[in-house]
Amino acid sequence: MLEVKNLRKRFGELEVLKGVSLSVNNGDVVAILGPSGSGKTTLLRCINFLETADGGELVLDGESFAPGKAKRSDIARFRRKTAFVFQNYNLFRNKTALQNVTEGLIVARKTPRARAEEIGRKMLEKVGLSDRADHYPSQLSGGQQQRVAIARALATDPEIILFDEPTSALDPELIGEVLAVMRQLAEEGMTMLVVTHELSFAKSVADQVVFMEAGQVVEAGPAGPFFMFPREERTRAFLRTISGESGEQPVDR
Amino acid sequence: MSERLWNILVDSFGKILLPGLTMTIPLTVIAFSFAMVIAIAVALVQYANIRVLKQIARFYIWVIRGTPLLVQLYVIFYGLPGVGIVLDPFPAAVIVFSINEGAYCAETMRAALESVPVGQLEAGYCVGMSYLQVMRRIVLPQAFRTAFPPLSNSLIAMVKDTSLAANITVMEMFMATQRIVASTYEPLALYVEVGLIYLLFSTVLTKVQRIGEKRLAHYGAQKE
Repeated sequence: MLEVKNLRKRFGELEVLKGVSLSVNNGDVVAILGPSGSGKTTLLRCINFLETADGGELVLDGESFAPGKAKRSDIARFRRKTAFVFQNYNLFRNKTALQNVTEGLIVARKTPRARAEEIGRKMLEKVGLSDRADHYPSQLSGGQQQRVAIARALATDPEIILFDEPTSALDPELIGEVLAVMRQLAEEGMTMLVVTHELSFAKSVADQVVFMEAGQVVEAGPAGPFFMFPREERTRAFLRTISGESGEQPVDR
Repeated sequence: MSERLWNILVDSFGKILLPGLTMTIPLTVIAFSFAMVIAIAVALVQYANIRVLKQIARFYIWVIRGTPLLVQLYVIFYGLPGVGIVLDPFPAAVIVFSINEGAYCAETMRAALESVPVGQLEAGYCVGMSYLQVMRRIVLPQAFRTAFPPLSNSLIAMVKDTSLAANITVMEMFMATQRIVASTYEPLALYVEVGLIYLLFSTVLTKVQRIGEKRLAHYGAQKE
């Protein structure tokens, strides 16, 4: 469904993506793992045109998009089929939970308000926040905000949801509720591309895993074999550090 | 206090307050409204980084903030007739106060716009909104909330600054007071009196600001 071909991105002297390719099949959950600074987030942002890649190609539903050459209308069409969940939630601060969910429907898709609110309430119910519909983001916990953000992503009925480290900004006790919602979506067959540091989540939910380091894909494949028998030494070393066997944390670059 | 002085004060109160209601307040309201339009436009072209317009905006702010309001009033009212442009006092005052206040408020609005995190824009794009939709529905409302207290400040300052319009013969409160002083020779009492009326106006506006802030505060403290 989504194919990323040879995506390249450079910030000044720093080459962040050195030709990254991956593909996401319909209904799959693909986890992108890798140490900080490996380009995971940049990759995700380039996929949704929040950053413009310097080269490469994106194919969504058989339609090709070339970063840099894509017109505003192309980008709009691409985004219409995708949704993005941010590390810092980025809920609209001047809108209630329900308005956050309905905003894209009413404003961008011209859905009638009543219908949009119906969808909005259904999505909030899905993430377990029906009783918080009229709360503003500042009145919600981090975990609740991220669940509203997921409801907002779901509302526009995307073909794929891109998650950028959705639990990294959360207090440890709030991570579980967000992962539970994501797990439920995966079970319902939602196609998801997830940048994450949650190894256990990747292990138990992801169908495919992509391991990135220094702007390149080191290893990619089905989740089972990836975790059981990693082929590359770099992957093994990463899995050791992140699962704490070596007793060290990965170096934050 | 002598009975004569008391009578002067009572008698002059209405004579000062009336031009306050018919001149000072309309001048403030009209000029501040225009100033807000100018401010939002000037702030937006800078925020959106529109090349030539941005330079014009910076030039405008540089000139207006760098020259005294009184000089600006004199240039427009006493200067322009030299090139054949003759304005009545009140319209001249409206023009100068709008342009002057617009420059200051534009900087307030620009800072407020820039204080809205870029993630708010990105989230808007990701749900399919266009730049204009995101600006109108997400960024501007948040910026306006941030800008509201300093803009209220500017409004209150402007009420008092309108007294400078006396210099270009606008018959506002201060000029009315000057006239009464000229005939009664009681400058201390009368200037204190007009000061108190300005204080009254400012107090009302301060109350209005409180109410406005409360209404805008409905979505809670802004935090990242």
